[in-house]
Amino acid sequence: MTASIAPNFTPDVQYLLRIADTALILSQRLGEWCGHGPALEEDIALTNTALDLLGQTRGLLTRAGQIEGRGRERVFDEDQLAFLRDERDYRNLTIAELPRGDFAFTVLRNLMLATWLKLHWDRLQASSDAEVAAIAGKAVKEARYHQQHAADWVVRLADGTAESRRRMHAALTELWRYVPEMFATDEVDAAAVASGLGPARSALREAWSAEMAAVCDAAQLAPPPPGPWVSTGTLGVHSEHMGLLLAEMQHLQRSFPGGAW
Amino acid sequence: MSDGSSTPSPAAPPAAPSEWPLWEVFVRTRAGLDHKHCGSLHAADAQLAIQLARDVYTRRQEGCSVWVVRSDQIVASDPADKAMYFDPMEDKVYRHPSFYKLPAEVDQM
Repeated sequence: MTASIAPNFTPDVQYLLRIADTALILSQRLGEWCGHGPALEEDIALTNTALDLLGQTRGLLTRAGQIEGRGRERVFDEDQLAFLRDERDYRNLTIAELPRGDFAFTVLRNLMLATWLKLHWDRLQASSDAEVAAIAGKAVKEARYHQQHAADWVVRLADGTAESRRRMHAALTELWRYVPEMFATDEVDAAAVASGLGPARSALREAWSAEMAAVCDAAQLAPPPPGPWVSTGTLGVHSEHMGLLLAEMQHLQRSFPGGAW
Repeated sequence: MSDGSSTPSPAAPPAAPSEWPLWEVFVRTRAGLDHKHCGSLHAADAQLAIQLARDVYTRRQEGCSVWVVRSDQIVASDPADKAMYFDPMEDKVYRHPSFYKLPAEVDQM
């Protein structure tokens, strides 16, 4: 077993990790569909999405590692950051780590997070960090497609059979509980706004709600009102599902450090 | 041939399709080139067919445009007609424009 790394969490590093880890953990969850998609074609579409997210993660983790390592003797690379952190040092939105659920749950979560990520990438193209801006310029095109593909599925399932509509309703009820964290705000967001690194999550709420409402209207879905509870993945406090996910995700790198093929 | 006066027998009402319909996929590799048939896939509707064609057939930068068409919309020649349709062309070499003497200036034509 390789020991964990303990990065120094400056606000900038935390800000990038929140986005990178959300993409990474969602990618891991989508990877679980590989070989289990409802049809061969959709199986490929889901894993394409997972790989796009992984590519975005690689760029952001590499950049977060460089920023974290400024003025230090060591710089953590993307693999160390992806695979050698302890659970509390992951800063993804809790919604990304929930078990993959059924296909309705999967496409609705993809839509919610693709929209959230797309709005980030859109604004991060103007980041004061040129590396981050370049990553965002590439990622925003991928996120647009993820959003479109997921949105079409949400409408198709909500407007499909009684069974598909029931499942989409159940997914909406469950997933909507995790929306408040997507737009919470704290000193990490404030620092990113001050330095020009990127937008505060709260600044994206209106655009996200409008884009989600357009899909929900087309699907004749009515999201429940927002509840008071705020999940805490971005603070490093995760659901019970995270440990199992990490055990599987980290196993290879921990057992065979630096393994390559 | 039906004379149009009788409607098809209602004996077997169409069952709910258990599988998505089949679509043929055509990919254009570069601007200016033509779309080439590259395979088929199953999809629930036209929009999904386009998206899945993108996901299945262009994931390694194979194209810049895709067409899809429902396979059951393609009218194809019957393989049984192959001899009647195509074999007679075997000995019609004079249909090739290969009996002209070209001027040197258009040698590469």
